[in-house]
Amino acid sequence: MNSNPEVNDPFAGERLKESHFHPRQALLNLRDAWSSWNGYKFADYYYDEEYEYFCVRNSCATYDICPMQKYIVSGPDAEAMLDRMVTRDLTKLKENRVTYVCWCTDEGRLIDDGTIFRLEADRFLLTCGSPSLAWLRKSAFGFDELQITDMSDTIAALSLQGPTSCEVLKKMGLVGIENLKPFCIAHFPFAGSEGTPLMASRTGFTGDLGYELWISPDLALAFWDALYAAGENYGIQPYGEAATNMARLEAGFIMPGMEFNEALKTIHFQYDQTPFELSLDWLVDFKKPHFNGRKALLKARDQGAEYTLIKLDIEGNKPAEESFLYSDQDCSKEIGYVTSAMWSPVVKANIALAMVETAALKGSIWAEIYYSKELRHHSKVAKCTIQEKPFWAPERARATPPAAF
Amino acid sequence: MKKYDAIIVGAGHNGLTNAAYLAKAGLDVLVVEKNEYIGGAAVTREMHDGWFYSSCSYVCSMMRQTIHRDLNLTKHGLVLVPYLGTVVFADNGDTMTSYHSEEAEYNQLRRRSPHDADAMFRFQTDLGRYAQLIRKTLLRTPPDPTSFRPRDIRELLWLAKEFWSLGEKELYEYIRFFTMSAADFLDDYFEDDLLKAAMASPGVIGTALGVYSPGSAYILLHHVMGDVDGNVGAWGLARGGMGAISNAIAGALQEQGGEIRTNAGVDKIVVKNGRATGVVLDNGDELQANIVVSNMDAKRTFTQCMDKNDLPPGIYEKAKNFKIRGSSGKVNIALSSLPKFNNVADNRYINRGGQGFVGSMETMERAYDCWKHGRWSEDPFIESVIPSAWDPTVAPPGQHWMSNFVQYCPSQLADGPWTPEKRDAFGQTVINKIERYSPGFKDLIVHMEVRTPHDIEAEVGLTEGNIFQGELTIDQLLFNRPFPGYAQYRMPIKNMYMCGSSTHPGGGVSSACGANAAREILIDLKRPNTVPKDDFYDE
Amino acid sequence: MQVYDNIIIGGGHNGLICATYLAQKGQSVLLLEATDGLGGLATTREFHPGYRVSVAHSLSHFSESVVKQLNLLDHGYKPSSDTLDTIGLNLDGEHVVVSGGQVSGVDSADQKTYTDYLSLLKRFAKMLKPFWLKTMPRIGDNSLPDLITFGQLGLKLRLLGKKDMGEFMRVATLPARDLMDENFNNDLLKAILSWDGLIGSKMAPRSPNATLLNMLYRMSGQHHGAHSLPEGGIANLINALHSAALDAGVTVQTGALVKRIIIEGSSSGLAATGVELADGALIYGTRVVSSADPKQTFLNLVGAKNLEIGFTNRINRLRCDGYVAKLHLALDGLPQFTGVDIPNGRMIIAPKLDAIEFAFDDAKYGGYSQSPVMEIMIPSLRDQSLAPNGKQVLSAHVMYVPHKLKGGWTDEARQHLYQRLIDTLESYAPGIEQQIIHGELLTPADLEKTYHLSGGHWHHAELSMDQMLMMRPTYEAAQYSTPIPGLYLCGAGSHPGGGLMGGPGHNAAKEIIGAKK
Repeated sequence: MNSNPEVNDPFAGERLKESHFHPRQALLNLRDAWSSWNGYKFADYYYDEEYEYFCVRNSCATYDICPMQKYIVSGPDAEAMLDRMVTRDLTKLKENRVTYVCWCTDEGRLIDDGTIFRLEADRFLLTCGSPSLAWLRKSAFGFDELQITDMSDTIAALSLQGPTSCEVLKKMGLVGIENLKPFCIAHFPFAGSEGTPLMASRTGFTGDLGYELWISPDLALAFWDALYAAGENYGIQPYGEAATNMARLEAGFIMPGMEFNEALKTIHFQYDQTPFELSLDWLVDFKKPHFNGRKALLKARDQGAEYTLIKLDIEGNKPAEESFLYSDQDCSKEIGYVTSAMWSPVVKANIALAMVETAALKGSIWAEIYYSKELRHHSKVAKCTIQEKPFWAPERARATPPAAF
Repeated sequence: MKKYDAIIVGAGHNGLTNAAYLAKAGLDVLVVEKNEYIGGAAVTREMHDGWFYSSCSYVCSMMRQTIHRDLNLTKHGLVLVPYLGTVVFADNGDTMTSYHSEEAEYNQLRRRSPHDADAMFRFQTDLGRYAQLIRKTLLRTPPDPTSFRPRDIRELLWLAKEFWSLGEKELYEYIRFFTMSAADFLDDYFEDDLLKAAMASPGVIGTALGVYSPGSAYILLHHVMGDVDGNVGAWGLARGGMGAISNAIAGALQEQGGEIRTNAGVDKIVVKNGRATGVVLDNGDELQANIVVSNMDAKRTFTQCMDKNDLPPGIYEKAKNFKIRGSSGKVNIALSSLPKFNNVADNRYINRGGQGFVGSMETMERAYDCWKHGRWSEDPFIESVIPSAWDPTVAPPGQHWMSNFVQYCPSQLADGPWTPEKRDAFGQTVINKIERYSPGFKDLIVHMEVRTPHDIEAEVGLTEGNIFQGELTIDQLLFNRPFPGYAQYRMPIKNMYMCGSSTHPGGGVSSACGANAAREILIDLKRPNTVPKDDFYDE
Repeated sequence: MQVYDNIIIGGGHNGLICATYLAQKGQSVLLLEATDGLGGLATTREFHPGYRVSVAHSLSHFSESVVKQLNLLDHGYKPSSDTLDTIGLNLDGEHVVVSGGQVSGVDSADQKTYTDYLSLLKRFAKMLKPFWLKTMPRIGDNSLPDLITFGQLGLKLRLLGKKDMGEFMRVATLPARDLMDENFNNDLLKAILSWDGLIGSKMAPRSPNATLLNMLYRMSGQHHGAHSLPEGGIANLINALHSAALDAGVTVQTGALVKRIIIEGSSSGLAATGVELADGALIYGTRVVSSADPKQTFLNLVGAKNLEIGFTNRINRLRCDGYVAKLHLALDGLPQFTGVDIPNGRMIIAPKLDAIEFAFDDAKYGGYSQSPVMEIMIPSLRDQSLAPNGKQVLSAHVMYVPHKLKGGWTDEARQHLYQRLIDTLESYAPGIEQQIIHGELLTPADLEKTYHLSGGHWHHAELSMDQMLMMRPTYEAAQYSTPIPGLYLCGAGSHPGGGLMGGPGHNAAKEIIGAKK
């Protein structure tokens, strides 16, 4: 393996890109457990996924969001263009605030979800998991005073999550960070550079106290070093995809490719989802006179969603991954399927997200779970209970200032 | 004199497939072939010491895996190896590799255009959606929309249901897709010209249309709807060359007791009292059979191998008007070593196989303009592959053979008939273009052979050397193929059938035409059906 | 504040027709026209002092139903019972002439085939005729009227009989060249018979697509596709339409350029409630009915922010680029076309199909051919008022001239093309150059500017398979209503399409009247 571009490498085109934090992260990735995300080499885990998960829940840990897609939309038409694209009312989003949004096709099918940061009155940062430039361009067609810049490779970003995260940032010198409220943005000086090159937002994908930190790539490693120096006595540790997936499931967050199929990548008619099916009703603001998919979504809302995404607490301890769900213990009537499932180490529960026929929500739900013991395959039928609240929602995630860990 | 149950004219892959299924149903079948070898355009021939060329057809994407499995072709020696990416070359020397890994592909496209890298996901999804619908029709007999027979109505309703299940928007997109040009189709997705040219190139292969011509979008699909091991759009090479496919089907046929006679060109299909009764060979021998199945193209069958007076009125004219245009040439080259190309990394996994000398959208279209003027372009579109990079059996170790498919090449030149000199000049044009991207290429050439449409016609028997046995335009697809009213493999003469690529679903080494024809024949003969359903896709 | 029942944008023939139907139902109708004259591309305007001409220079399929229902005859419309000959010009004067269902100048085989060919096409045209004046069904809507229209179409097809039906399904998308090669021997005949299927489109004889449907569409008229001119020329028709509109109570306002359509939003969604004029005046209406082209209507007047994203992009990708230029010449006298006694027909310069094909090839790359193909008329022969006494006006449709010329439409480019056209004319009508008093060349870019026409396309959007019938202009707006409540379309960008036909105006009015119930 050779990551030096100056050495002639015939396979250069095959190799994954490296994140701005790669030199530090590679040192810590003892297991060489790499996968990929949007063309970047990306850690599944660094040392042990459960250890990393507990760092998120117990101390703090960093997650590399460099591969996340980041677009700056700016100009006098920026607000109008984004407001028409997403289902929420963006005109209400104040400067230095962040909001979680989703956007749909004309037919009201979910394309993707993401967050929008209002950096200035007519300057927005949109972040999302999958490339969205083509749709952004389509959405921007007809808006003349507007610029879309793909910043995915030119902003370095790191998510710092966990109970000690605020303390670590304080220690690092982010004065007043404890007063930053959820979904708010603040700017900080860093390393003697001019101005306030470090942006912090109180956002994350773990359902816990946490921040996302944004900085220019040339300061990325210095930032990493400063953060890890500050966090040394607070249990700081990088975490990968596996631990993230655990944390987000406990928080009840959805993932493309798990809970929903991005509409523009769906081959089969209606194998994609509406926001209602994903229980994202609260994201769809019909008080807005117009947004993309409004008509279709009104119709979908009035007709009622065929499926509904729910949170399940499942008896026993066998994760119900890829299980079918039934309305009876004999498994005679299929009513849905599990989209994500795991044993939750922190709440000690067997939890899952599942798509269930809306009509069957009132009845009982049974999961047929397959598991294996020493190569022998078994199945069991387990009773499921619907949970209304996220499995993990600690007070500190919302409190400002957050209580000391 | 022996009377066969069925005589199949032409030992191309469809003829052999047809015969194999008839033999499997217990019929006494004979396949007659004018050449001394079988395979038609799917052949492997040793054209130079130690070099085995797939002289005509060179890759395989549409071979029905259901048939592969059903006829046990692996046992008869067929191994299809999927090949990885290709490199395309722009006029200015720029290159683009299509990487096997989705991430590498994404990164490369992103370097060219972040927009296009994203748009590619939607493009692949949409193409996948179009392909999966068409694919389901491949092993089915097209319905006759003018008929009131329950079976036709059932099939029409099935088709309608399949289309309906696309949903309103996609249904409209689909209709649009059928009639538009590859260029318009691609403009809706991409901005990078080389990417567009790479994607458009399948839309013109083998066809007398340009990338700017309405209708070329469908042909693009026709080429990418095949699959190898479930990987949609993947292309495969037959180990041992394309002849391995024909030989394997022939093996399956012979195992069922079928007979093949080579060096037996058919002069005429014999019709008595309105029924086909056999064939007269070039040497004057007459062979009798209860049914005759032509694997030749529709034009050749009716205008050359039948007496006009034997045909119902209008059929001869229909055959004469059947659009079957020669638009492609083929240059096979034996090389002393693997050529190196400018701006292409020496990546052993992908760069050894496919090369697309596309130039640009405009270059491809201008090549088509030349064809319209009855000449070949000095800057043609060439699709090349070096099968020996994967297949150890087709060239001596360390040496290679390169297949070059050239679009466009007219079957008739404006300045008079093809001559050996013109053919050589055409070949020179091709190697000159390759030399531009691979300096020193010419020095590697050990042997080369050039095939113009004229040569392909003379050798294989395809009218004008058309690789699809008829243009794949909407007026010659589905229930219009080859002519309205005769799309169900039965011909206007009793006891006569067609099983070649002139019938649905058209060209490509798919075996689907031959299998579909066999199913119809067995229905008429009230024999049990031996042709499997295409159960490969359970969507 | 006055609120009109209907505000019609655009005083072309479709706008006038739609307005008149609505006014006849007692609705209040305000018709706004940007220019000073009515008729759109059929406006007769002075291009040189004393010389007048309209861009559209003949009729082929103006709807007889519209004539009847709007009592156009009472309003002075004087359709001609005789048709214009179509003359395929030959340099040496050996012309091919199509006249009254007969063809001369070709061998007897072609003459005979032409009769059969014409009768086959007439059968097809007859089958399709009712559907041009019907709202197309929306697939996937499954409403009863839609299913009935589908059923009718299926039935009509079946009623053609097995043979014709099969043939129709084959030739529907056949390139003109194949259709001609299958039937005829004479090159010139093939070219002029293809002409009506190709003109206006970015399609050439070898392009598979909607050539035949284009021909059949034009064959829906009184004379089965043969062209004619009313007494008094095109102006006669427009005047009659104007008179009918006024008579029905339509308020007509010319010189009123609409700047935008007012879209009001509330928690119940968006609705079109009126228009704002270029001078800032606001006019309110229950409905806004636009006969402007779809791109103009949606992208400029409504604005993307009020539309769905997919829809906006579908409108944007409509192929609207015109490929026909207009040449207008003020002539000192009657030009002498070699071998033509009186040039009072429709003369076509396109010696063979490949001449059309190769002219098209240049346009593909943003250029124009050095050997242009064209259709020529001398409208002043039918209407002497168009030119001073003894003088003449020549009008020509020239193909293929791109809207977006590589390098742009500079004065040099325009002058160069103009000279090419004059040289071409000169070879068929020696001496014509000396007769020219004034010449005007309108490229598609000029047509766009003068007539507020996106891409300068005659038909508002190319009449190709994917932009016809229930896909015109897009499936969401193919039934004249649009995704914006209160906004309707009634122009050539809607089914059945362009040309002086009246179908879109008629169909839109029927939809609006029907929807109101």
